[in-house]
Amino acid sequence: MAHNDRQPLIPPSLTHTAVSDRISGIVLDQPSPGAWKLAFVVSAALALVFLGALVAVFTTGVGLFGINIPVAWGFPIVNTIWWIGIAHAGTLISAVLLLTRQPWRASINRLAEAMAMFAIVCAGIYPLLHLGRPWLAYYLLPYPDTMDLWPQWRSPLVWDFFAIATYLIYTMSFLYLSLLPDFATLRDRARARYTQILYGVLAMGWRNSAIHWARYERANKVMAVVAAPIVVSVTGIISLDLAVSIVPGFHFTIFPPYFVAGALFSGFSTVAMLAVIMRTLFGLKTLITRQHLDYLGRMMLVFALVVDYAYTQEMFTAWYSGDNFYRTVYLDRWTGPYAPVWWSMIFLNVVLVQLLWFKRVRRTPWAIFCLAVTSNVGMWLERFQIVFTSTHADYMPSAWDTVWPTSWDWLVYTGSLGLFSLLILVFVRVAPLVSMHDMRAAIHERDSHG
Amino acid sequence: MRGIAMASQQIYGTIARFETAAQLVGAAAAARKAGYRHLDAFAPFPVPGLAPALGFRERRIPALALLIGILGAAAGFFTQWYSAVIDYPIVVGGKPLASWQAFLPVTFETGVLSGVLAAIIAMLIGNRLPQPYHPVFNDSEFDRASGDGFFLLIPSVSATAEERTTTHDFLKGEGALNIRELEP
Repeated sequence: MAHNDRQPLIPPSLTHTAVSDRISGIVLDQPSPGAWKLAFVVSAALALVFLGALVAVFTTGVGLFGINIPVAWGFPIVNTIWWIGIAHAGTLISAVLLLTRQPWRASINRLAEAMAMFAIVCAGIYPLLHLGRPWLAYYLLPYPDTMDLWPQWRSPLVWDFFAIATYLIYTMSFLYLSLLPDFATLRDRARARYTQILYGVLAMGWRNSAIHWARYERANKVMAVVAAPIVVSVTGIISLDLAVSIVPGFHFTIFPPYFVAGALFSGFSTVAMLAVIMRTLFGLKTLITRQHLDYLGRMMLVFALVVDYAYTQEMFTAWYSGDNFYRTVYLDRWTGPYAPVWWSMIFLNVVLVQLLWFKRVRRTPWAIFCLAVTSNVGMWLERFQIVFTSTHADYMPSAWDTVWPTSWDWLVYTGSLGLFSLLILVFVRVAPLVSMHDMRAAIHERDSHG
Repeated sequence: MRGIAMASQQIYGTIARFETAAQLVGAAAAARKAGYRHLDAFAPFPVPGLAPALGFRERRIPALALLIGILGAAAGFFTQWYSAVIDYPIVVGGKPLASWQAFLPVTFETGVLSGVLAAIIAMLIGNRLPQPYHPVFNDSEFDRASGDGFFLLIPSVSATAEERTTTHDFLKGEGALNIRELEP
């Protein structure tokens, strides 16, 4: 990508010390901005709602949710798929841009990794809730139990468990690895005793040794190489929960790539959203530039187009299969009780997103922020229509039903949004929201190549 | 800048700060050429070419990650095969007991996870982390290693006055800004 045309990705005057002081200053010295405090209070309140709703669901049972036969999956699975999708771009941005040596990675990779981490936390809670008997979740683990039973290895739900668990551990490790040298930077700059001890412990004695860096870079490279297969496998496996079944509307071979593209679309949108918020909140307009937003906008557009292509292929397959049930599912999506969901999705993900073709739009923070929000809503509607329309009317008309989410569904969902933003808000106050060591390396690159 | 007095005192080594990354790489290469061993250098980011200049090449981590990854995948596959074929054979949906295609997702995940954890743990063990204490932390200027400081550390072998003077003069000749001796 041409990146020298308009605005430099790193300001020409920025030095190693300046970037370290500026970013560690946000954590160590700068008081929280008023907008941060307001957002914190709102998010904390929502997180409490989440907690309360969880207590209610755990004590009363999943009957509180609008899930029943035939729509047995409902909201919890819609939200799992949506959240895990958001997580994916975090991993991919960080890893793929590292492998391809993209210079715009340095200022946004930390936000992307943190976003991935917290989105998986939100995603992981739903399957547990949806189990109905969450205290038996350990049945999914293979262990020599007294009943001499093993997990059913041919079940996508067991694959799911392994995929999400792997992804969670991977993301935690990747985030910590990226934070390790930055914790050392904070330790070196901390003046208060408790921050010195806190970051000293977190930095584990990292001392910026060239030999340490050499091993660090190798390990990081291994992590990055593995990132893309992990991302594809995790969302791929989740899509197999649907595709392996014989439900019309689920049983499509294009599901794994279709889900991955959708995941990346919503993930890049969320990174763009966070980038706009953080650059405004902490005055980082020179580090997270309009050029960065431009690149994020391009990625959103690319994956939106892949998603749109998948829509056409899904419709084509339904028609070309000659299968009455598949065709009926499609006609039902267009005209049935959930038709408004389908058409809103088309408007947001197919029509509105075309605005990203315009450079002006991609480079205008509020515009790209709005498009990021609408894209996330669109992707959520997509997950909703896949889960709801496919199951509510399948082969037997006697089993048809139209169900809607209950207020408990909505409480848990909005609560999880609050939990996510709470975690992000706390994270940017205790850890550097821009990777300092990656920035310093980028500055060195700039200086040595002009 | 502390001098090189107190010849009887034990020291860990001599540390010198350089102005730029390029100078540090040059000094590291020169120090190796001059016969100094077990050198270490400190820089705020991975400086290209610095580790080789110190005589260090990292080759083991990717191979180890691959090996452990393959072992992890094999263990994952074996667990599934053993439990489904040997320990609790039960026919589900008329599928064969050893339906290996269905075992692949879990095999892949355990393999990838083992490889990734191997890479990280190998990095930490290789770097001897966590390590709360190290003599370089005694240096008054060392916090600049995470900002704009480029340091070269020459460990002391005998700590004789002669060796200390030679090291000091060598570093000075390489253009070091500040040279200090480190307590052990």
